[in-house]
Amino acid sequence: MGARLTAALFAGRMATGLSRRLGRGGGTVIAGHVVPRIDPTALRTVTRRLRHGSLLVSGTNGKTTTTRLISHILEQGAIHAMHNRAGANLVTGLVSAVVAQTTLGGWPQADVGLFEVDEATVPAALREIRPRAVLLTNIFRDQLDRYGEVHFVADLWEKAIRHLPADTTLVLNADDPLVATLGRGHLDGAIYFGVGDASIGSNDPPHASDARICPSCGTGFAYAVHFYGHLGQYACPGCGLARPAATVEATSVTLHGDRGSDVTFRTPLGTITTTLSLPGLYNVYNALAATAVCLTMGLPLATIQAGLESFTAAFGRLERIQVGNRELFLALVKNPVGFGEVLRTILSDEHERSIIIAINDNFADGTDISWLWDVDFEKLEGHVKTVVCVGTRAEDMAVRLKYANIPADRIIVESDPRRAVALALERSVPGETIYVLPTYTAMLEVREVLRQDGHVTGFWQD
Amino acid sequence: MTSFRLTLAHLYPDLMNVYGDRGNIITLRQRCAWRGIHLDVQPVSLGDRLTPGSTDLMLFGGGQDREQAVISPDFVSEKAGAVAEAVEDGAVLLSVCGGYQLLGHTYTTVDGQELPGAGVFDVRSVPGTRRHIGNIVVEVADDDGTPRTLVGFENHSGQTYLGAGAKPLGRVLQGGGNNGEDGTEGAVYRNAYGCYLHGSLLPKNPWFADRLILRALQRRYGADVALAPLDDTLEIRAHDAVVSRARKLGNVRSGAW
Repeated sequence: MGARLTAALFAGRMATGLSRRLGRGGGTVIAGHVVPRIDPTALRTVTRRLRHGSLLVSGTNGKTTTTRLISHILEQGAIHAMHNRAGANLVTGLVSAVVAQTTLGGWPQADVGLFEVDEATVPAALREIRPRAVLLTNIFRDQLDRYGEVHFVADLWEKAIRHLPADTTLVLNADDPLVATLGRGHLDGAIYFGVGDASIGSNDPPHASDARICPSCGTGFAYAVHFYGHLGQYACPGCGLARPAATVEATSVTLHGDRGSDVTFRTPLGTITTTLSLPGLYNVYNALAATAVCLTMGLPLATIQAGLESFTAAFGRLERIQVGNRELFLALVKNPVGFGEVLRTILSDEHERSIIIAINDNFADGTDISWLWDVDFEKLEGHVKTVVCVGTRAEDMAVRLKYANIPADRIIVESDPRRAVALALERSVPGETIYVLPTYTAMLEVREVLRQDGHVTGFWQD
Repeated sequence: MTSFRLTLAHLYPDLMNVYGDRGNIITLRQRCAWRGIHLDVQPVSLGDRLTPGSTDLMLFGGGQDREQAVISPDFVSEKAGAVAEAVEDGAVLLSVCGGYQLLGHTYTTVDGQELPGAGVFDVRSVPGTRRHIGNIVVEVADDDGTPRTLVGFENHSGQTYLGAGAKPLGRVLQGGGNNGEDGTEGAVYRNAYGCYLHGSLLPKNPWFADRLILRALQRRYGADVALAPLDDTLEIRAHDAVVSRARKLGNVRSGAW
């Protein structure tokens, strides 16, 4: 048994090394294909040996940023996590991350497991890993061609959670009705996080909203305030289901455009008042989620605060990259709500922006780009100096912008990512920030161009 | 110079809009605005009634199964009759996916529940064994018989079958279409259209968007009305990009390439 595990781990290590040396990418998942063939119980066996168990994080938006934030905070508290850092979040990615941080004898070289998990992979991950806590951040419409429906993910999770031992801590977003309702059946209840500052919300429902009807009785929700997408202060006039009280709550939020935000979090251990360098309301939710999870690990408030304050960004999700005397602000976009929040964040002042929007429709990006019509690009009217559209669906993006009243002479369609970056730089002025908004594989392409030109390191080295 | 106005009733904008069909509204409104035509969009949701003579255009989009089941009884009791009457009277209607299904005679859910539809199209929809997901290219005959193409993205496991009295919208060149079996896509009845094309449909198919606008204008203001042409360079480029990719992928039936 031990010999089989060792053989599997060895083979996994070899495959990873070979993959990298042959230049075939970051080698972040190859081990995950090789190891289970030799020892299918490897993931289960190794994670059972973690001194502090495992933490599992899933959701549509914010998985990678939140997991990295948790990892960063844990490090402040001298807890080392084995973490699928590069964001490979299917089972193959989880196995590969474990292999990378386990001795050949099968012993983890970390105190705790920390796994970002793709929404559809949650059931399999829960079966193999048995975490001490599961964080579910939100469910938004994302990659319709993969899941088909928002309710599909909610139902999948609901079934998977039913089989969890009662002592598994559920950490749930109170403001997302699709997620919050998952806590109801859990014997030990759940820890809820949410935003309690109504001043940054709005009374108008956004049109890009996925879940306005009560999952319990089918009546439309009434919202006292909307935060983003279908997140907010909701109550069902039919059955009384309402946003639960939050254990960890942001009682005050002040957003400062793309520079960050000032927040106050109320927790059972006291209050944190701090400045986050991560911009946007969506990152306030990520910070709340990370705070709640780290509290379950027994970390003191001061440690959590130090971690929140010193965390800068997550590769590919949000990065500031210096190119000569321009700054590229790169923010991943995946779905209407997320994109809307990114736009809101980057348009905080009146200056006209230089923007690169890179839309691919490869499998990892989602092959159905209809969602672009649910993004509020109309916000950009009057704020755009140049927008370069690149990617496999660049033409669709250009059409979308035309219908959002962006003048045609400010829209450029360019098929080559390197040329797109060069064009945006040419048309900008020294000291200007250029906003790069790519879908996932387009982000990898843009980053690869920047890496070749020496502006960033490879993502697996991050 | 007459200032033209058109009214569009958008059915269930909050519940049946999961697949970006809002892009159809944006396209119609802009293409009207760019010609000085004012398009007034009225939401018609749960509990609202539709007055048959009040509207020039109607849009009924796609949604998730759960939402479709929620709106179905409301649609049948509050809107279906008025919609059918408006269509008989020549009003323009565009329906996509779930909306299209509910405009047929019946729609059977995945759980086997048979929901009644408005009966505007002589079609019935049932659950299928496979989901049709992907870029789709359809050949459609224009008013003068010229073959044109529609491009979009389909995502449905429901299959729609045409009855004896039904006219398809077009012939599938690439993709599944109504049921993946008979090569048809969508349905047409008078000025009412149903189809499975998301994308959204109208932005990349400006000729079709203009057909809907023109029919609505002519019904309201007389047959002499014409639409000023617009510069559709970007739209046609996006349209052609989908078509040429489909060609490269192979597996296409011969048609109006």
